[in-house]
Amino acid sequence: MIRFEPRAAPSPLLAVTIPMAAAFGSLLIALAILKLTGTPVLSAAGLLVNGAAGSLFALTETLTRATPLILTGLAVTVAFRARLWNIGAEGQLYAGALAAVAVGGGQIDAPAFILIPLICLAGAAAGALLLLGPVLLKARLSVDEVVTTLLLNFIVLLVVQMMLEGPMKDPMGMGWPQSIPILDEAALPRLFAQMRLHAGLLIALAAALGVHLLLGATVLGYEMRAVGGNPAAARFAGIPVDATLAKTALLSGALAGLAGASEVAGLKGYLTADLSPGFGYSGIVVAMLAALNPLAVVPAAIFAAGVFVGADTMSRTLGISNYFADLTVSLALLCVLVGSLFLRYRLRWVGRR
Amino acid sequence: MEAFEILLQANFWAAAIRIATPLIFGVIGALICERAGVLNLGIEGIFVAGAMAGWLAVYLGAGLWTGVAIAALVGALFGLLHGLFTVILGLSQHVTGIGITLFATSAAYFGYRVAFPSVTEPPRIMAFQPLDLAALKLIPVIGPALAQQTALTWLAFACVALAALILYRTPLGLAIRAVGDNPASVDAQGLSVAGLRMGALAAGSALMALGGAFLTMSAFNAFFFGMINGRGWVCIALTVFASWRPEKALIGALLFGAFDAYQVRLQTLAGGIVPSQVFLMMPYILSIVALVLVARRADYPRALMKPYIKGER
Repeated sequence: MIRFEPRAAPSPLLAVTIPMAAAFGSLLIALAILKLTGTPVLSAAGLLVNGAAGSLFALTETLTRATPLILTGLAVTVAFRARLWNIGAEGQLYAGALAAVAVGGGQIDAPAFILIPLICLAGAAAGALLLLGPVLLKARLSVDEVVTTLLLNFIVLLVVQMMLEGPMKDPMGMGWPQSIPILDEAALPRLFAQMRLHAGLLIALAAALGVHLLLGATVLGYEMRAVGGNPAAARFAGIPVDATLAKTALLSGALAGLAGASEVAGLKGYLTADLSPGFGYSGIVVAMLAALNPLAVVPAAIFAAGVFVGADTMSRTLGISNYFADLTVSLALLCVLVGSLFLRYRLRWVGRR
Repeated sequence: MEAFEILLQANFWAAAIRIATPLIFGVIGALICERAGVLNLGIEGIFVAGAMAGWLAVYLGAGLWTGVAIAALVGALFGLLHGLFTVILGLSQHVTGIGITLFATSAAYFGYRVAFPSVTEPPRIMAFQPLDLAALKLIPVIGPALAQQTALTWLAFACVALAALILYRTPLGLAIRAVGDNPASVDAQGLSVAGLRMGALAAGSALMALGGAFLTMSAFNAFFFGMINGRGWVCIALTVFASWRPEKALIGALLFGAFDAYQVRLQTLAGGIVPSQVFLMMPYILSIVALVLVARRADYPRALMKPYIKGER
């Protein structure tokens, strides 16, 4: 029979290859499903790759799509590292976007070097505060944070719709439910002429580096990992568990909120109720693909973004639904989960006894 | 006074039961899984897959009850997939559940788009009709409300009774409850922990899928994107509210349905002063309130979310 045996130490080679194999495997499974629908799979795969990375334009589009995914992926990474089940990055993203419009929508008149930091801070603060609620409920009343963060996603989206029909409604919107645009001074600069790629990517990359340093080289990072590893032991060792969870929540929520602010200030210029096609949920996939390693979040986010952008091209040309991308990304999560086993265990063939 | 009179209308109670029915299926399904020690966060996606599978089967010409069976089968398969990850391989129940939800949802949406590449109006089916039981009409208010319900609502009621009966009156139920509290004791009895948990996941997930199927086969008669809209997550909250007991699950779901139906009717009385989104928000806020009310004394199954590995303590 085959037996799982725990590894003494996870192999560094496997730590890199397993997520890549999972990503590749998810694509293969998704293409196999596509084959069942009678689509020419090879040309579909070609279109997918071409659409995601076939030209400079395609590459910048993929990086543009990766920007919010890096930030939500980091938000989930930070939370899951401390074993805080924040499934609410989607709601925190929208909270950040709301705050960005509130600050950048013309109420404050200031030059760009003040307004841009302000809009980012406002977005981060909104996301942070939104996650603080469920964590306080967990700490004080032991309310499970999974359900509260999930339900808040729906509540925040309805708040967004309410604001878009009410106080933030664009009078020039011609009936479209969209917010007032943000000021030009509040907009993040574009990185290349004629491309949509914006400075939000640099913010996201800096955030990845920052989270990496925080987790690896600070006391807070150590406390977060300790709480995530074994809360009872952490408490026994004198680590303030509830305070650490609250700080984790502020950081995680801030990262997701920043994603919303960056989408508004860098990409759209205004807020709509379909700003995020599930960036918060995809952030979970990204974080797991990255094995909760903040630096690895960047390539994982680029992979997921590539699938989404490539699937858009593919679906336009072949008339396949772009739910293909969601299908692939969800499969990637399941694949990497199975893969994570091989990181911790080795398969050993043992003869019948 | 008008606000009070709503409570005496049969139509109000009919709506309350209609809102409650998918939640009854979902909560019973979730509590069976959790009683066996597995948190099934795949529920939201299993609702979507059940809604889609049952409806599509009927649309393609299957009978209504065949559609129900297909939805349940699809749900059970997702439950077994969940079990493969969490029970057999011992992986994180949180992440697996979210993964199943994302996978089931995207598979259902993708499948819908493959079957109907370019429809704008969702195709409708001849759905379940009210059973209109004459004898019921003799009971005031509640009788006519019950007479408006379809066979699936009665099936939901039957599932509550059956779940209560099995969990508390049979050796199987004892084993299921034990496997969620103290799997080692079940193992010591010579019963299979993995087998019981897989069975509970399959049965519970089948019920979740029926909750989705009710929406497409009895309430809206069509499938559309975003129709589940968090109902699965509401069920997870209500399961805690119901202290993992079938009879309390029934009461909790009906109470929830009544609150939701009531606030929607208040909205028409309020006459457009309050934005409609506030009323749409209520189910989610209610769920959080329900959780907060009971969280302190919630008696979670002891082994919930703990994978069982033979020989390890």
